[in-house]
Amino acid sequence: MTFALAFALLAAQPVTEAPQEDLSGVDWEKEFGVEKKVVDPVTGELPVDPYTQDPANAGATPFTGDSMAKAFGGQDGIRKIVDRLVDLNVDDPRIADIFKNQDLVRLRRTLFEQVCFILDAGCTYTGRDMKSSHKDLGTTRADLNALVENLQQAMREAEVPFAAQNRLLAKLAPMDKDVVER
Amino acid sequence: MHIHSFKSCILPSLGLMLVAAPPANADPLLDGGKLVLTNGISSIEGASGGGLASWATIAGMETDRGVGVSAHVTGIELADYGWQSHGASVGIKDRVELSYARQNFDTRKVGAALGLGEGYRFNQDIFAAKVRLVGDTVYGSPLLPQISLGVQHKRSLDAAIVKAVGAASSEGTDFTASATKLFLSKSVLVNATARLTNANQFGLLGFGGANQTDRTLQFEGSVAYMLTPRLVVGGEYRTRPSNLAIAREDDAHDLFVAWAITRNATVTAAYADVGSVATFDGQRGGLVSLQFAF
Repeated sequence: MTFALAFALLAAQPVTEAPQEDLSGVDWEKEFGVEKKVVDPVTGELPVDPYTQDPANAGATPFTGDSMAKAFGGQDGIRKIVDRLVDLNVDDPRIADIFKNQDLVRLRRTLFEQVCFILDAGCTYTGRDMKSSHKDLGTTRADLNALVENLQQAMREAEVPFAAQNRLLAKLAPMDKDVVER
Repeated sequence: MHIHSFKSCILPSLGLMLVAAPPANADPLLDGGKLVLTNGISSIEGASGGGLASWATIAGMETDRGVGVSAHVTGIELADYGWQSHGASVGIKDRVELSYARQNFDTRKVGAALGLGEGYRFNQDIFAAKVRLVGDTVYGSPLLPQISLGVQHKRSLDAAIVKAVGAASSEGTDFTASATKLFLSKSVLVNATARLTNANQFGLLGFGGANQTDRTLQFEGSVAYMLTPRLVVGGEYRTRPSNLAIAREDDAHDLFVAWAITRNATVTAAYADVGSVATFDGQRGGLVSLQFAF
């Protein structure tokens, strides 16, 4: 890394010799062609490219009956578990980088919808499919394992019975090929 | 504009940085990313698995991007014998496992009765390799288990004695094919292993004999139930050939509890029954095994 910095400093040398100019008013995002995304004032979410909404995007067939929804404390319980999972992930040094510069508002909503839908707790999943929603995140098997451990912790803290935890994980485990990129 | 001159300078330097800099999240060789207990424990032959059976698991705590290691020590207290084994394994990219184990089998008073001398110890080295062909114990379709092929080369260090008791050879090689799957919907892990072997008492009494010289197909089955992510209870059954004319050999079975004290340390306690050994029947007792894995 220091090697690279030295290179960068060397390469940038001519700049210091060029005539000084005031760069404070420069719109760097425009100069570099960065597309600005504007937060939706109602939902607080950033826009995503258009996609077809389909509950099948959740990637698993939901449970039937209300036993799983009850084990997770209904929609309120699921929302708490999902929020806790997101909090754990953004604080987890193993995988925190993956969540940086991501729309966590949208993540909390779609993840809640997905778990709620799979547990048959009365939701429809409106998010993208697992392959699209994880595109270019560069996630590894170890990242996925770290997330699973955080989900287990969130479920344990919510006192979801261990067998019910595993029944949810059984629905999520086959998605690994779509969420692990490298 | 001047901005363009600035960009023309800074952009190549950024490019240089991208070329020269390692990725910010360069993977450490030992990231310990495997889920706890999915590396199995060290079987008595050194390969990762249950206590008695070799599973399709790959040793060490690394995933498909790292190289993991593990080491173990195991003690078994049987009715008339004492067993001690230890060894180490390397798991390469969750694909290939290389392992070594040393088994020391203390005949205690039986040694005198057999004319070997009290406390005579049979010793054996086991060099093993395993490759995961397909599947994952935890992830993917529940219909596709993790499947591995293994080879275990065993060398008895008591060639003269094992030949005297009727073994055809003091060296032998087992071939294994294993399928392992954690059925999360039931919290149950199942393993099935087919083994081609002509080992007598795992090879401690040599290989082949008057009854049967060649390898025969044997079966190892394990079922385990997850109580928590770190606590598993289960049982195993292993069929074995009975090659020697002078002493019957029985199937072996055990009941075990494995506890991952930390991510890197697992302790296993078991009740193991290996039946008749060197004409002394009813050899059953307690097993304790400690494994460290990274």
